[in-house]
Amino acid sequence: MARAISTRRKLTFTAIGWAVGLLIFFPVLWTILTSFKTELDAISIPPKFLFFDWTLENYVTVQERSNYFRFMMNSIYLSLGSTFVGLLFAIPAAWAMAFSPTPRTKDVLLWMLSTKMLPAVGVLIPIYLVFRDFGLLDSRVGLIGVLFLINLPIMVWMLYTYFKEIPGEILEAARMDGASLSKEITHVLAPMSVPGIASTVLLSVILAWNEAFWTLNLTTSDAAPLTTFIASYSSPQGNFYAKLSAASTLAIAPILILGWFSQKQLVRGLTFGAVK
Amino acid sequence: MGNIKLREVSKSFGSTKVIPSIDLDIEDGEFVVFVGPSGCGKSTLLRLIAGLEDVTGGQILIDGKDATGLAPAKRGLSMVFQSYALYPHMSVRGNIAFPLKMAGEDKATIDRKVGEAARVLNLTDYLDRKPRQLSGGQRQRVAIGRAIVREPEAFLFDEPLSNLDAALRVNMRLEISELHQQLKTTMIYVTHDQVEAMTMADKIVVLQAGNIEQVGSPLELYKAPRNRFVAGFIGSPKMNFVEGAEAQKHGAQTIGIRPEHIAISKGEGTWQGTVGVSEHLGSDTFLHVNVDGLGTITARADGEMDVRHGDRVSLTPDSSKIHKFDQNGLAIR
Amino acid sequence: MATMQTKSAARLMMAPAVIALLLWMVVPLSMTLYFSTLNYNLFNPAQTPFIGFTNYSFFLSDPAFFTAIRNTLTLVAGVLVITVGGGILLALLLDQDFYGVNIVRLLAIAPFFVMPTVAALVWKNMMMNPVYGVIGQFLNFIGVGAIDWFSNAPLTAIIIIVAWQWLPFSTLILLTALQSLSEEQKEAAEMDGAGALSIFWYITLPHMARAITVVILIQTIFLLSIFAEIYVTTSGGPGLQTTNLPYLVYAQALLQFDVGGASAGGIVAVILANIVAFFLIRIIGKNLDA
Repeated sequence: MARAISTRRKLTFTAIGWAVGLLIFFPVLWTILTSFKTELDAISIPPKFLFFDWTLENYVTVQERSNYFRFMMNSIYLSLGSTFVGLLFAIPAAWAMAFSPTPRTKDVLLWMLSTKMLPAVGVLIPIYLVFRDFGLLDSRVGLIGVLFLINLPIMVWMLYTYFKEIPGEILEAARMDGASLSKEITHVLAPMSVPGIASTVLLSVILAWNEAFWTLNLTTSDAAPLTTFIASYSSPQGNFYAKLSAASTLAIAPILILGWFSQKQLVRGLTFGAVK
Repeated sequence: MGNIKLREVSKSFGSTKVIPSIDLDIEDGEFVVFVGPSGCGKSTLLRLIAGLEDVTGGQILIDGKDATGLAPAKRGLSMVFQSYALYPHMSVRGNIAFPLKMAGEDKATIDRKVGEAARVLNLTDYLDRKPRQLSGGQRQRVAIGRAIVREPEAFLFDEPLSNLDAALRVNMRLEISELHQQLKTTMIYVTHDQVEAMTMADKIVVLQAGNIEQVGSPLELYKAPRNRFVAGFIGSPKMNFVEGAEAQKHGAQTIGIRPEHIAISKGEGTWQGTVGVSEHLGSDTFLHVNVDGLGTITARADGEMDVRHGDRVSLTPDSSKIHKFDQNGLAIR
Repeated sequence: MATMQTKSAARLMMAPAVIALLLWMVVPLSMTLYFSTLNYNLFNPAQTPFIGFTNYSFFLSDPAFFTAIRNTLTLVAGVLVITVGGGILLALLLDQDFYGVNIVRLLAIAPFFVMPTVAALVWKNMMMNPVYGVIGQFLNFIGVGAIDWFSNAPLTAIIIIVAWQWLPFSTLILLTALQSLSEEQKEAAEMDGAGALSIFWYITLPHMARAITVVILIQTIFLLSIFAEIYVTTSGGPGLQTTNLPYLVYAQALLQFDVGGASAGGIVAVILANIVAFFLIRIIGKNLDA
């Protein structure tokens, strides 16, 4: 299969590859570096790359001034909460579609997908009004509900594509062995699809964490996650690059790491299996 | 006790009738093989008995009790699947113990039964391995182990050997037959391979298009096939069929003669022909002879017969072994 | 392939998800549809007379609407050109075997995981600021002179930010497609005397065609509703220069409190998205059969 590639060719590609990779990554890298600078170093001309006074004061300030941890806790609550609720709905649905398909299964799946394509602005007003009337504005519960619903189609799809790879005979064997439906799912299906469920969880967490339409429009402070927290830095308040960077680094670090782990599954989830 | 009775059992998928109507009695302790070409409904029939599919009409009686509406697990049957359907995340021990665990047996009983099954099936050394670390034959044995610990009324096998290579298949065939002699439990075995059917069965059920063509012991089917289909399906190489004038001499629409019932000589004989392909197996030689006016006839000769492509030979069918069929394909007796 | 018992169990288990999504889709959408026919202002919520299609005619004849449509389409088209073109090149590059290719792959896909608000703010301040931004300083350094992106080319700036965020997505998908191309096919072409360029043109590109379509459709769906990037950088301005349809609807509803007009805009956005979704669904549906 693989042929010997000339060393020079390989070195050329190494140089180009790293140059392009670093260029794309640069804004992230720069943000991380700036977060350790003093505000003065952050806006120095010419910019300082590595030789500056490294400091952690920005992180301290960010926490003190805007209570970073409260927003982070909200982000964690919202993404884990919506993912958990999503699993409760998606696993049974995906089980049904994968193992007891009817002629209409395909239509149901596509219809679910189509709800994902509904532009949020189309339903913003009613949701906003309903939330206002039920006192759900700026509440975690309300937002968990919304985030769970917008990610549910993707979760069902991902789980469905994973479940479909599990031979139905195994579930029938469990049925013959006397397993009830719930035991069939908890003892046989779930353990067998741990990788699939894990990547579904990862993807759902990432999407919920980064969701920035509903979180911006439906929260103000109490339930506000990191997307809102960062948005509050958009109003200029003098020299704040270093602090903005520290806040940004804190907001993206957890999800960046999760994302790196789940890059393969991401393709599957986001293309609904249309590209393998 | 494990006698199973099917009464006018039928099955449709949507508007397709897979099984029009079947009546069948399976006695306790019998080894019954359902055999037929793919798509004949044999696996569906097995799944109906297992309870993995609902019957469209009719009744299934197990031990004289109506089991038609019972859930699979409540029927007291166990099944060995074509893909073995082992639980990949459980060890061999976990797999064999699973049905016992589901039945709520206590730990000591489970351990004892699993140990026993493992001993019978030579799996004791592999109990803590995962299925993916086992060979095909071992996986097969785990699947059987999972089936026997439940001490079922009957075992159901769905083409269990089709994923094994030829040599292993012969071995497992013997092992399953031995197991049957040891346990003396009813076994229902589905296969498309008539050799498996002939070698293992007490009773063969030949199916075609959802209908039972014939039920009988292997030799009954071999000696007295009820129709052309059964005659052609049982026996290897296949029976030769001759139509036209030659058949009318025997007062039949079609006559059939098995390759092993044709004598070959270089001298005089009933039919003359030219040897096309000759297959030398060592123990036997199969000659495909282009008989003048009849077409290709397969004949079995002894292994060391020296014939080549293009040789002229004569064939003489053993007239007492000629099968006669009428225009509907039914045997004339 | 199952019994009535499992079939009815299956229906029961599918029900919660189906009902939840049905409610989520049907209820708000019909409310939007209803609101769009009312003269409904949050300042005067007591009186909401039915006014038929007036909101639509107002919304559709508002010059802001056409600007928003134009901006929306420019945004989508600009980002698509960059991400698909760049994505193909980047995928080809990452498909090569070089030292540290796995690390480079991680670096290149990182932007996708950056939350939109962060991406927008980092680019706006630290990259594109004419005085302190890295790009400005670099352009000054090479003598071109800094650009005040958000005053002079605000929509371009937003396109760059969004394209940066979506480039990893198209790259990942195109790379996956690229890697599923069998080596043997390329070798066969090579035996047939095809050069590297012909192999790319006649073998690789057609092989990626479907992945490219999928990238275009999926991105279009998401790009039609870009919001956060505009919200935190320009708030739609200066003037209406970066106001797209979602932002216009948002402004109408939550800044001007005109629920009726905003609802009409929302419905227009839904119709636009449905046109794209129609094609996407067909492509994915075909894939389901395969």
